[in-house]
Amino acid sequence: MATQHSTAEGAAPRVPLLYDPRVRGIAYQVLVFVGLFALVYWIVGNTTANLQRANIASGFDFLKGRAGFDIGDSLIEYSSDSTYGRALFVGFLNTLRVAIVGIITATVIGFIIGIGRLSKNWLINRICLVYVEVFRNIPPLLVIFFWYFGVLSVLPLPRESIDLPLGSYINARGLFVPAFQWGPGAWLVLVAFAVALVFVFFVRRWAHKKQMATGEQFPVFWTSVGLIIGLPALAFIVTGFPLSFEFPQLSTFNLRGGMQIRPEFLSLYLALSFYTAAFIAEIVRAGVVGVNRGQSEASHALGLRSGQTMRLVIIPQALRIIIPPLTSQYLNLTKNSSLAVAIGYPDLVATGGTTLNQTGQAIEVVAIWLIVYLGLSLGTAGLMNWYNARMALVER
Amino acid sequence: MKKLVKALLGSAVVAVMAAPASAATLDDIKAKGHVQCGVNTGLIGFSAPDDDGNWTGLDVDFCRALAAAIFDDPDAVQFSPLSAKDRFTALQSGEVDVLSRNTTWTISRDTALGLNFAGVTYYDGQGFMVNAKNLPDIKSALQLSGATVCVQAGTTTELNLADYFKANNMEYNPVVFEKFEEVNSAYDAGRCDVYTTDQSGLYAVRLNLASPGDHIVLPEIISKEPLGPAVRHGDDQWLDIVKWTYYALVNAEELGVNKDNLEEKMQSDNPELRRLLGTEEGGKLGTDLGLTNDFAVRIVKHVGNYGDIFERNVGAESPLKISRGINALWTKGGLQYGMPIR
Ligand SMILES: N[C@@H](CCC(=O)N[C@@H](CS)C(=O)NCC(=O)O)C(=O)O
Repeated sequence: MATQHSTAEGAAPRVPLLYDPRVRGIAYQVLVFVGLFALVYWIVGNTTANLQRANIASGFDFLKGRAGFDIGDSLIEYSSDSTYGRALFVGFLNTLRVAIVGIITATVIGFIIGIGRLSKNWLINRICLVYVEVFRNIPPLLVIFFWYFGVLSVLPLPRESIDLPLGSYINARGLFVPAFQWGPGAWLVLVAFAVALVFVFFVRRWAHKKQMATGEQFPVFWTSVGLIIGLPALAFIVTGFPLSFEFPQLSTFNLRGGMQIRPEFLSLYLALSFYTAAFIAEIVRAGVVGVNRGQSEASHALGLRSGQTMRLVIIPQALRIIIPPLTSQYLNLTKNSSLAVAIGYPDLVATGGTTLNQTGQAIEVVAIWLIVYLGLSLGTAGLMNWYNARMALVER
Repeated sequence: MKKLVKALLGSAVVAVMAAPASAATLDDIKAKGHVQCGVNTGLIGFSAPDDDGNWTGLDVDFCRALAAAIFDDPDAVQFSPLSAKDRFTALQSGEVDVLSRNTTWTISRDTALGLNFAGVTYYDGQGFMVNAKNLPDIKSALQLSGATVCVQAGTTTELNLADYFKANNMEYNPVVFEKFEEVNSAYDAGRCDVYTTDQSGLYAVRLNLASPGDHIVLPEIISKEPLGPAVRHGDDQWLDIVKWTYYALVNAEELGVNKDNLEEKMQSDNPELRRLLGTEEGGKLGTDLGLTNDFAVRIVKHVGNYGDIFERNVGAESPLKISRGINALWTKGGLQYGMPIR
């Protein structure tokens, strides 16, 4: 091979520089780079000139100005006296909130539906199929409208609220649940919980080692459950039940007290979760189907039960197929959360839009949007890649 | 996502427009043969398409007056319906030539946003509306502490609301929508106790609710909302044209000129009338503006005077039945005052 190759090369006539692929490659790259640079330069120059000519303010100083508008749903302290910067941050946190709980819920529903699609039970199988086909084929905005205008807004007014168990209510203004009010000493319960988690970690390690060494199994699951519930409960009793509830009560306009989960959040959250779950279900199904049949046959032959086969053999291998497309669903969900603006959920696009309109600083606000969404996407992708690397096949 | 893309494109337009239709808006308009006018997406009395799809309303008629002044044709105008939030970007980027969309004249819009207001076609103020059937005891805005309030994003309304509740030490729960129809349907569905916007807007919104009779507008007016047409910075001639189209409308009412008596008034030898109608020997008031000397004749011939526009769209002859109030002529105790045409 090697000798043949060198003779072939030696025999080749010298290529003129113009036709040398390496030289050409470099030349093209330089050209593209110069072109791109010129374009960016031209856009920036033109933009500044135009902004100046039109007398439109520019720069990021506006972030320090007083916002003057209120935001209905905020995770942090915010009032109309806060700055535009803080208003944007409130919106960012709202985006994060709906994205995170949405991702968790969508994953859970998606796994259930996806496994259900593989069920041998005809009814379960069909129900899951219908779910996937329905939600996958409707634009997410319609799903949001369905929840907001179709379901939540036909609920009764506060006076005729529907009673739910545990002192909760639901009405056109949202879901009202009792708020926890922790008394003195309540932190001990938290500490107990943390301690329980640490215990569980060590118990698992110990049980694993023991099984490796002696083949004996230890009931890890039930021990963990016992620890996680038992220790905090003990702390709770010892400190004398330091918890009271504030129940929502009817006032002139609305239910007061307790915790309100607003319909804007609820509909966005439900819509994003249900919509994305349909795609995740398909990914999960494909992942499970993608694991070689021989794997489960071998596992059965080794005497593992079908639950164990699924948990210990199929899922870990399926995850390798599942994770990369799952990541892009997570990114989609996060980006789709910007549809919030249609139903008045104050996410980053909504508060940014108001800021843009009040200050006129379109370019700055759009730049912030781009950077934040880009950051969120890269962050999610980074996390998932890390998880994927851990899950990946380790060649031994 | 779509929103983002749209905003992106919008700012890209601001960024790359070769020359922001600067110096000669009038030439551009003449070249394309129509005025591009930014209006409301559907506010009865100000700008809304009628059953045949023709745009009608006070803001719309102002655009028609401009078209009449330039082209002698009230239909030489195209309308771009704009939401509260998108309207300024549309004007800045040159998508529309003039914004006639119940827009409040404020200092920051006049400066930081790079707009120039040409006058006040409707003096308004912000009010509140509640459902009297569900809330029979509410008679005043000062009883609204704890209420949930529906409001549209990107308006002065949103800001006044915050100020008013803060100044009166009351709490409230804002629900902010971007689209007009969404605010309306959310309020109608009982998502909010209170709807707030310019008072004229409240009357218009009420007409479209499921049962308009159930809703009352509370007596308090919490702000000044001078609504008028705006143009971009940087073209004084175009600003003058918009400005004097408005003053021509008011002056025509002051001098009692309307569609019916126009011919007769054109024969008059009253010097004030002759200047307004351009019948003065050797007059050049209209041509100095970049239009023709009979521009006011064209306006009145096609759309009438200010009073006609008012009565037809929001006043006695309309479903809104709003009285002239502070929008009466200054000679009748109102604020409408036509600068002298001389
Ligand atoms: N005058 C206020 C408010 C104007 C405004 O946009 N009002 C709303 C509520 S009546 C509206 O007309 N919306 C119609 C739309 O967005 O198309 C302002 O200039 O900010």
